[in-house]
Amino acid sequence: MTTSELEPVAGGNVGMGTQYLEVRGLTVDFDGFKAVSDVDLTLFQGDLRFLIGPNGAGKTTVIDAITGLVPATGSISKSGVELLGKKVHQIARRGVGRTFQTASVFEQLTVLQNLDIAAGAGRSAWTLLRRRSSVLPSIEEALETTGLTDLMDKPAGVLAHGQKQWLEIGMLLVQNADVLLLDEPVAGMSHEEREETGNLLRRIGGERTVVVVEHDMDFMRDFATSVTVLARGQVIAEGSVAEVQANPKVQEVYLGTAAAGADGIPDELIEESS
Amino acid sequence: MKTLVGRWQTWAGFGVAAIVLFGLAPVVLSEFRLSLLGKFLCFAIVAVGIGLAWGRGGMLVLGQGVFFGLGGYMMGMHLKIADAQIRGDDVPDFMQIAGVRELPAYWQPFASPAFTLLAIVLLPTAVAAALGLGVFKRRVKGAYFAILSQALAAALAILLVGQTSVGGSNGLNRFRTFFGFTLNDPANRRMLYFIAAGVLLLVVAVVRQLMQSRYGELLVAVRDGEERVRFLGYDPANIKVVAYTVAALFASIAGALFAPIVGFIAPSQVGILPSIAFLIGVAIGGRTTLLGPVLGAIGVAWAQTLFSERFPSEWTYAQGLLFIIVVGFFPAGFAGLSALRRWRSRKPAPSVPEPEPETEAEKVPAS
Repeated sequence: MTTSELEPVAGGNVGMGTQYLEVRGLTVDFDGFKAVSDVDLTLFQGDLRFLIGPNGAGKTTVIDAITGLVPATGSISKSGVELLGKKVHQIARRGVGRTFQTASVFEQLTVLQNLDIAAGAGRSAWTLLRRRSSVLPSIEEALETTGLTDLMDKPAGVLAHGQKQWLEIGMLLVQNADVLLLDEPVAGMSHEEREETGNLLRRIGGERTVVVVEHDMDFMRDFATSVTVLARGQVIAEGSVAEVQANPKVQEVYLGTAAAGADGIPDELIEESS
Repeated sequence: MKTLVGRWQTWAGFGVAAIVLFGLAPVVLSEFRLSLLGKFLCFAIVAVGIGLAWGRGGMLVLGQGVFFGLGGYMMGMHLKIADAQIRGDDVPDFMQIAGVRELPAYWQPFASPAFTLLAIVLLPTAVAAALGLGVFKRRVKGAYFAILSQALAAALAILLVGQTSVGGSNGLNRFRTFFGFTLNDPANRRMLYFIAAGVLLLVVAVVRQLMQSRYGELLVAVRDGEERVRFLGYDPANIKVVAYTVAALFASIAGALFAPIVGFIAPSQVGILPSIAFLIGVAIGGRTTLLGPVLGAIGVAWAQTLFSERFPSEWTYAQGLLFIIVVGFFPAGFAGLSALRRWRSRKPAPSVPEPEPETEAEKVPAS
């Protein structure tokens, strides 16, 4: 059970001894164009890390590289196991889960079926060939955590946008992922939905490592425990929200793109620097 | 996607089907029509497999003739050898005419009934599993997979035409006995029909179980979001291979029944045209449902016989037109139409946007 006693904090809440994700010298090269170059990231359990940066900074590409979607060089180690070079489904089985910018639940299956599939990667052929006879405790828990219990028999296709994202997060929970990589989870959400999503991340973040790629700076300020800023494929700053906001390099990057009209410019940054 | 009917209704459905196939049909239909129905049941067995692979798995299997042919030819070879042995000859009649005095080496194991039956089950399964793994692991899908499977059917048909040792373009025909039963006897021909009917009920039961199991849910998930399934820790190739192999196995069994029931197996049953014909019934009946493919396959085959007796050439056009209309405008087939009507008459509550269980479902591209 995720309880409020274990809150996500910067740098993690349980120290070195437990699960961690260590990215070293990560470089993604698309035919000569370095989308990500030499990125280092160290994430401990209990850290709610936000990955921000202007459009094209390589945020999603970092997630793609960690999950095995795009080939990369360098090293990605999860608690000592090298992930780089493994196939997508093998990395997923190692406990690295992700969501996508557009919610990609199985629309024709019910909420329960979606969760059941997410929970079942390790099932034997015999279990697979039989009908589901009961709801797994872990699924019930995830339904409760995400607030989808009442909707469990509805096809996922009829869920509201926010509910789909929560279902995706629920799928990561039952998948037993302890590293959660969320790609713009609150994009297109109403204010209330953002609030609820943030609280959901707080609830689940205590026992997991959560990385959120986000453009919404208000959301970041409210819920991030630590922030990494990417620009042009490189890490330019890392630290707490206040530290990052005070960083002149970050201000420069955001001011630079402000002229270009990019979205998600933190207002305070602009005000502070002017 | 939820279970359509309760458990007892399923058993009742199977009961009614059994009564119709085993009780009613033999009484009402003439001997000729009954054996014709037996042929349609073979097509229906293929259709059940296609429904699983295409309707549920999204794999447009355009080359089921390959597996139908494998099963049919293996059965045909055994029947020809058995007939020759009864006459006291070393080789089947068509080889004697061609001047062949000795049975080709690859024919010899098929003298054994046990080997033949095993091979009918195992060989297509092995071929489909190897082929499926090779194709799906390389993430070949959609139209590329369809073209590949169709090319395979064309290749096998061309290969068979050139092989005089399996009868060339005539194929294998004029079977006299079936595992010791003379095929001239109407009682034995009825037995063949009963076997086909029993096998059909069995394959429907197997696919029903697969569809309702967790595997069935997973297969639909792979159809609708293969990449997403990968990120949940599954290898979609393994999931697809199972459905593809099951479909191949059913096609092989159907071919093995087709040969004695109809009395021949030839390259014309293997190539592109028959492979597409298998698909038409499935599309018309409703590919994502359990019984749609069965009823569609039987219905189309029946209509073909009925109309082509009177208008031989027009039927081909009508069939093509029907296929285009169904695929273009009613992707869910007749099953979708009835679901649509049910949905309309139910009048969903205005507040909640009720899902359209079948109609919405079918808008997903086939491949």
